[in-house]
Amino acid sequence: MTIDWSRNEALVALVIIAFCALAAASDPGFLSIATLTDLLRGGIVLGIFAVGALIVLISGGIDVSFTAIAAFTMYVTAMVLNAAMPWLPWWAALVMGMGIGACLGSINGVLIAVMGLPTLIVTLGTLSMFRGFMLTFIGQKQITTLPPGMREFGRMMIVRGENADGSFYSLHAAFLVTVLAIVLTWAILHRTMLGRQIFAIGGSVESARRIGINVRGVQFFVYVYVGVLAGLAGIIHSSMARVANPFDLVGLELSVIAAVVLGGARLAGGHGTLTGTVLGVTLIVLVRNSLIVLGIPATWQSVAIGVLILIGTGLPAWQAKRAAARAA
Amino acid sequence: MLNDLVTLDGVTKTYSGITALDGVGFSIAAGEAVCLAGENGSGKSTLIKILAGVEQPDRGEIAFSGQRQGLLNPRLSAAAGIKVIFQDFSLFPNLTVAENIAFSAELGIGAKLVRRARMQDLARRTLERIGVDIPLHAAVETLPVAHKQLVAICRALATEAKLIIMDEPTAALTEREVRVLLDIIRRLTADGVAVLFVSHKLAEVLEVCQKVIVLRNGQKVAEGPAHDFDAASLTRHMTGHDVAPRPPAPLPATAPTLLRVEGLHKTGAFDDVSFNLRAGEVLGVSGLLGSGRTALAKALFGLLAPDRGRITLDGRNVVLGNPLAAAEAGIGYVPEDRLTEGLFLTQSILQNIAIGRLDAHGRSGILDLGGLMDEARDWLKRLSVKAANPDAPVRSLSGGNQQRVVLARWMARSPRVLVLNGPSVGVDVGSKAEIHGIIADLAAQGLGIIVISDDLPELLSTCQRILVMKAGKLVEDIPAGQVTETDLAHRLAS
Repeated sequence: MTIDWSRNEALVALVIIAFCALAAASDPGFLSIATLTDLLRGGIVLGIFAVGALIVLISGGIDVSFTAIAAFTMYVTAMVLNAAMPWLPWWAALVMGMGIGACLGSINGVLIAVMGLPTLIVTLGTLSMFRGFMLTFIGQKQITTLPPGMREFGRMMIVRGENADGSFYSLHAAFLVTVLAIVLTWAILHRTMLGRQIFAIGGSVESARRIGINVRGVQFFVYVYVGVLAGLAGIIHSSMARVANPFDLVGLELSVIAAVVLGGARLAGGHGTLTGTVLGVTLIVLVRNSLIVLGIPATWQSVAIGVLILIGTGLPAWQAKRAAARAA
Repeated sequence: MLNDLVTLDGVTKTYSGITALDGVGFSIAAGEAVCLAGENGSGKSTLIKILAGVEQPDRGEIAFSGQRQGLLNPRLSAAAGIKVIFQDFSLFPNLTVAENIAFSAELGIGAKLVRRARMQDLARRTLERIGVDIPLHAAVETLPVAHKQLVAICRALATEAKLIIMDEPTAALTEREVRVLLDIIRRLTADGVAVLFVSHKLAEVLEVCQKVIVLRNGQKVAEGPAHDFDAASLTRHMTGHDVAPRPPAPLPATAPTLLRVEGLHKTGAFDDVSFNLRAGEVLGVSGLLGSGRTALAKALFGLLAPDRGRITLDGRNVVLGNPLAAAEAGIGYVPEDRLTEGLFLTQSILQNIAIGRLDAHGRSGILDLGGLMDEARDWLKRLSVKAANPDAPVRSLSGGNQQRVVLARWMARSPRVLVLNGPSVGVDVGSKAEIHGIIADLAAQGLGIIVISDDLPELLSTCQRILVMKAGKLVEDIPAGQVTETDLAHRLAS
């Protein structure tokens, strides 16, 4: 198999391996199941967010409101279930989260697809609006006692064990939801005409309109789909944290987009892969979880992530530019 | 008539009070190649958009195969077999050749799932139908322009195409690629597919089309079999007056050498290029796409750094690979694609001219805005740019006038040598003649001008000398008076 070094995926995979080698060299305990489960656990919410961000980027847009949708959804779901329907099972909480997410996503969809407003401006607006609405009208206090359904989901593990040193490790069942989201999104993008139309719109909106693609319909789907994923991620986040904190999640959106861009998606639209996205998320989670192991202060995290973005996206762009200069 | 594929009758369209089409009517039969000729702004594009269902006419009737149509939309037009190949091809650069070709077909039958094998099979068969070979898995953004166009044609053919409308299909092609395209058009018409060919390259029009329709100011001014027209009569119909080609004035023998290019070399682009340019001379450089002509033009202006060689202007060395130094030395460059390379489209016309003169009007870092704008206004007048309002964005001007704004910017710097890359690409016949007039005037003022073009009539009517490039080398140096168009075409292609 030949490896195409001009692609982000290869580069990011290489950086991940180098990072792990470095971490393992400075702390032999790094290569353990505990590190792996920590990594996977850290990637659960980020991964679902990233899949949503990817599909928006491919369609040629950008969405920064998904964290606010997630926070809104988890807070409202927890509150409503506590107050009115505490008997609902865990899966119904997830379904309800997806429903609320879809409603909020459809607000983005109407503004972007139907009214044709710029995606960044719309989602910046709704980010602020969803968050502000929740904090003003719904509440600011943490919900520390989650409804029974969400508590039950929070305790579900697929792997559980004890390390040699007596500490515990576990992998949350929500990891399966992330895997499912990735597989489903892959199937939509690559196995349905809808997915190909998302790519087509990202490649050229005007061309898409001219061959009769229902651009509005496809864009609307994209923003509702992202809303559904964000709602899901919100419920999972609070179930795992065992608290619904309305101040959580918002602020994460740029890291998520960074992870997706790191994995090779282009801000201009039309390009992006799930492999790249998974690698991008892995790298970001790895950096967040393990810089401490390398003896680097936590405040350097964002610097390190920034450097990775510059190298990870700058290098392929620079190579492409050089190739173009050679061809001219 | 029963075998008429498309019939238009009294089609009228106005945009905010301006009449774009005024009572236009004609018909196209199956397997017929029809040329729609007209200058920019004559209503050609509007007519195409109406046939494609993108725009609705205010009045008038459209019938497909004798069936009167109500309101059209892109889906209905496409379902009726009317396929438009827009000037930008409207392809998806990020998708593969196979997907681009098969996309509309799959969409048309309402497919929900991706059927890769079917799509590839359809793409392969369609490419075979026009007899070309393009890798199916290549991303379209990596293809050369000519191949993109072929992909666009295949996409039209992949669905049931009865009429293919090609908007300026030859604008971006070299002579040889045009031959290939014309052959494909002949194949299509023999197959029973009608072609509506929109162009202002007159020779091609007459060669391939059976019928000619000429639009001027939104009205149909002429219609008839192609053999009733020649280049002169077509031009007369399109412009409403005669545009006589003006052969360039001979160069006085005493004209001093202005620019000297010695052994300019860039690996993979051009190879040991040497030539001289005299004051007042218009020198043509021609060659097929990939012959290195554009790279040479860019190197002259420092946009490309050559590996070795020397350029001297008036005996003084010009620093290579630095556009600012080239401009300082007195070399001006008007790029081929004025839309992407030359202009700030959303900025005003005046600002676009003034941008190159900021230095000259600065006094210890403070800009003399009044003086700057006065100078810009003066050049606007001298190059007769037709603009209602010099503060309007450049985007609002027609192609020919945009080209003039780029020229005006360079003239404001009083250059000694002007390099014009494709000076009249995408410009209509009337504006083209005017641009050629401007070139002659500038040369008469003692400027040295290098015209890089593959528009042979243009070279013959503007240049005193023509250099032919082939695979990066200058292979011939032809005095323009001693060569005919066919002869020149032959020397380029052989």
